Amino acid sequence: MEARPFSDTSFDRFLDEEKLMGSRCDTCGALFVPPRPLCIACGGSEMEWVKMRGTGTLRAFTCIAVGPPAMRQEGYGRARPYCTGVVELDEGCRVVARIEDVNTNDPQTISIGMPVTVMFLHRGEGPDKTTYLAFKPAEGSEP
Amino acid sequence: MQKKRKLGRGVAVVGVGMSKFGMFKDKDSKDHFVEAFREMTASIDKGVDPNDIDALYLGNFSNDFFTHQAHWGPIVADIIGHVPKPATRTEGACASSALAFREGVFAIASGFYDIVLVGGLEVMSMRSTEEVAEGLALATIPYEGKAAFTFPGVFGATATAYFDRYQANREHLFNVTIKSHSNARLNPRAQYRASIREIMDSKIDRARKKGMEVPTWADEKEFLRDPAANPVVAWPMHLFDCCPISDGASCALLVGEELAKDFTDDPLHVIGIGQGSGRGLHAKEDLTTFEATRFAAQEAYGMAGIGPTEIQLAEVHDCFSIAEIVHIEDLGFFKPGEGYKAVEEGRTRLDGPKPINTSGGLKCKGHPVGATGVAQIVEIWEQLRGEAGERQVAGGDLRVGATHNLGGTGGTCTFTILERR
Ligand SMILES: [Zn+2]
Repeated sequence: MEARPFSDTSFDRFLDEEKLMGSRCDTCGALFVPPRPLCIACGGSEMEWVKMRGTGTLRAFTCIAVGPPAMRQEGYGRARPYCTGVVELDEGCRVVARIEDVNTNDPQTISIGMPVTVMFLHRGEGPDKTTYLAFKPAEGSEP
Repeated sequence: MQKKRKLGRGVAVVGVGMSKFGMFKDKDSKDHFVEAFREMTASIDKGVDPNDIDALYLGNFSNDFFTHQAHWGPIVADIIGHVPKPATRTEGACASSALAFREGVFAIASGFYDIVLVGGLEVMSMRSTEEVAEGLALATIPYEGKAAFTFPGVFGATATAYFDRYQANREHLFNVTIKSHSNARLNPRAQYRASIREIMDSKIDRARKKGMEVPTWADEKEFLRDPAANPVVAWPMHLFDCCPISDGASCALLVGEELAKDFTDDPLHVIGIGQGSGRGLHAKEDLTTFEATRFAAQEAYGMAGIGPTEIQLAEVHDCFSIAEIVHIEDLGFFKPGEGYKAVEEGRTRLDGPKPINTSGGLKCKGHPVGATGVAQIVEIWEQLRGEAGERQVAGGDLRVGATHNLGGTGGTCTFTILERR
């Protein structure tokens, strides 16, 4: 695991394994999710992998009624918008991710600041397999 | 603290032109550019010999995708008789032609060229709405794309963060939309030349003629609240929050300042020019601002030696209603969290103290993405020279105007300050 390069490809492979991973700068301790190969805080280039707990807070969102072809193929559209947003992880970094298990037909019910937990959306098989990062309202929280 | 920069040689704008923006089945990219080029040559008070143009810089985002033809620099150069002189394409998503303008300024400031044509073009209407959305989404950053963000989606998310932080709501965005339509009504080259009230009246008329149920909206805001009239695209962005799909071209002629008098007695001087870049939603420290805009603005203000209060009017990149509010804060015209109030109080209207998007903005003038940056310059040219006709900002002494162009989801932003002396 430690040998993987600090790249988007590695980040995606970790998602396939249901791990949300970031990189931490050996020199200054800055944390980056998705991972960066070079530290933009201090210029350092030695990184280590860190696994995120997968809990965070919704900071911004949108419910998309007119989506790209891949989302239309999943059955999303005007009658069934999908939600995507910005989540601030408890470790401090932010990620963009799909937001599941919310009422996209009534976006006023989705609130900024709500606690969320990670989930992994697996699509396709074999070499075509892709995993999308997603979050859902945390257990016991109002969506 | 940003380094203070200046041009090695002054640069002036001596002529501008743009095609009428809209969706045109019978016009291609070359036709649009020729229309803009003719208007530009006609706008030069003392005329120009096109053979004197040293170089062309052309902004184009993705005609490759939209029209399945790339490499537009030499194609456009050929149609205006510029070959074999150089033509260079610039790409910065929706800020592509602002980059062309900037490259043209640098080419002259360096002393290498004297007379440079800059412009932009985009033809998008050959594609369906879904395909255009897909094409524009190529200019998001990869993480946003994988999270299925569309362009309206990125600005929708920006809006939810803004609403939450400043206790604003969708109703405040309506004020931007109503203003854009009311300005574009007075702009003969705008794609949508109707006020919201006129759109309502025509819908009522049509329903009546067709014997359908006649809508009973009490006012513009009730119309904009009606999901049948104004459907959601990417919450909270609805149809009337979004700029349209457009075709069009724009251009401007730049010359060394000392040569301007050969073309006109009334040029505009480029006194500030800035460009910044940004990282995307996940890496933003503040979801209610664009760091690239702030950087570009500081660079331009520093160079011009003036601040936001000296800017008398501006065209800002209102690809979505919320964007206009965020930009007028990032550019320093209003304090963070005060932009939506300023719009509500009418301060950005044509007759307000700080007119914003007098052209109707991207929202109503249209947004052929690669043409937009220089088309914004066209509006400032007409306003500062008192040639804006019915939408002329009143009050006389207009001297300083500015344009703000944003590419992608804030990845590339520019700010340009022009002065009439
Ligand atoms: Zn570091």
